[in-house]
Amino acid sequence: METVRISNGQGFWGDSVDAPVELLRGGEIDYLGMDYLAEVTLSIMMRQKLKNPEAGYATDFIGFVRRVLPELVQRNVRVICNAGGLNPHGARAKVFEVASELGVSGFKVAVVEGDDILPRLPELIASGHELANMETAEPMASIIDRVTSANAYLGARAVVEALGQGALIVLCGRVTDTALALAPMAYEFGWDFEDWDRLSAGTIAGHIIECGAQCTGGNFSRWWEVPDLWNVGYPVLEASADGSFVVTKHEGTGGMVTVDTVSEQLLYEMGDPREYVGPDCVADFTSIRLDQEGPDRVRVSGIKGKPRTPFLKVSASYLEGFKASGQLTVSGPRAVEKAELTAAMIWQRLERAGVAFEPDQKTVELLGVNACLPGITAAPDEPPELVLRLGVRDHDRGKVARFGKEIAPVITSGPPGVTGFAGGRPKPQEVVAYWPALLARAEVEDRVRVSVEEA
Amino acid sequence: MLVPLYRVAHARSGDKGDGSNVGLIADTPEIYALILEQVTAERVKEYFREICKGDVERFEVPNLNALNFILHDSLGGGGTESLKTEAQGKTHGQGLLTLEIEVPANLLKPAN
Repeated sequence: METVRISNGQGFWGDSVDAPVELLRGGEIDYLGMDYLAEVTLSIMMRQKLKNPEAGYATDFIGFVRRVLPELVQRNVRVICNAGGLNPHGARAKVFEVASELGVSGFKVAVVEGDDILPRLPELIASGHELANMETAEPMASIIDRVTSANAYLGARAVVEALGQGALIVLCGRVTDTALALAPMAYEFGWDFEDWDRLSAGTIAGHIIECGAQCTGGNFSRWWEVPDLWNVGYPVLEASADGSFVVTKHEGTGGMVTVDTVSEQLLYEMGDPREYVGPDCVADFTSIRLDQEGPDRVRVSGIKGKPRTPFLKVSASYLEGFKASGQLTVSGPRAVEKAELTAAMIWQRLERAGVAFEPDQKTVELLGVNACLPGITAAPDEPPELVLRLGVRDHDRGKVARFGKEIAPVITSGPPGVTGFAGGRPKPQEVVAYWPALLARAEVEDRVRVSVEEA
Repeated sequence: MLVPLYRVAHARSGDKGDGSNVGLIADTPEIYALILEQVTAERVKEYFREICKGDVERFEVPNLNALNFILHDSLGGGGTESLKTEAQGKTHGQGLLTLEIEVPANLLKPAN
């Protein structure tokens, strides 16, 4: 086909449940991508799988499939997603169950696996792969007992293979977001996986749409210019064989697509723009050319890139203690003084009970008096009210739980005009921290498997 | 004339490990030349002194009339570890837009 229409209906787990359905029903699309994995989602899925071997995938995806499966099949709109999590086979079984309930058959679902390296960590470390933290350089061996998940970010190739085998739905575990656009482009246009410029074009296309509405008017600096944000259209790419593409959205939707909205998303979560390292290539964001082709149509072209590195990025998560936070609303007059007294009282009562936190393990924020941009925005002298937010973290769960018991008492034993306490005692939450590392791609790629089954 | 950046530019920020990245995009190539000269990494570090505990790096993206800043150690540990309300850097871009620079009057559009 001349142009391929690729869309992204979910920028993160927790994004709009209606956006992917609106994309499907609001116009023509060939591909629908969805992202279900935040950095630490896989460790949550790990817990679920430990309790129940049939769990460990994004159950929200099954709800989506239930809503739209007949249309997907009838219109041959192909869905690529990482909803497979730690159990893509379980997810596929569930999809087939739903298909059977709906009386739909004759379509294929692919499972891509090989990203999960958790069971192999001891063997990898023993054979010299340090999996050092990319920010601190500490070796993973130092936290190995606390690791709850470890997945390599796979690139687009396995997804291309799945599409080549006729899959309507491709269920992956951890796969780079940018592959959700690159794979359809590489598959439809027969791109070579050594064509660095085109691979970079697909990678950049994916980066533009991977956060959903953030390129179509969402989170835009000049927000007052954006029409009908309530009904913002999620992005649609019209991709061409030469690697150029148009960013647009369905007719009749809110939001807007301009050089400025696309530029902002290009710079989102960006490091060195000349070297955007992905599993398939290293893309050069300084080569991108943007042109406003018409209302809500931005053409992206000129993209160049370099060969992929010998490594894949690994996202691991590990347990790092517990945290809890509590909030109270403090009204004026003298809201700031009362809030500061309240915070001091809470710490003193905890110390009296033998519970103290290191300075960098506790926080006091006055929301409404410069919690976000201290030193930059002016704090009001006399806010009419503010929200006092206290937080603690510690490896000792008991200490964090004890903190949670000290918030409510101030309502009757502290200064006046303190309100807004609901929801019971703040409970300790396990802190699941993120460990980014690199692993030689040869250790992963030989074990990547694509399996396709038909309903 | 001394004007805040939001008169002549726009921005987007997000998290990048334990720090944030702030992309600053000039409205025109002429304004880009001005921000190249005036919005240095040192200036951004000073402006964010109460927020950014590490170094500030600056990258140039001339094809987009933009600069990209990385503000290391500005999120209290970032992600799920941070105790801060602002653990994602989503407000840093709007904060940078309040920084003032010198702009010749003929390059200014009327204020919104």
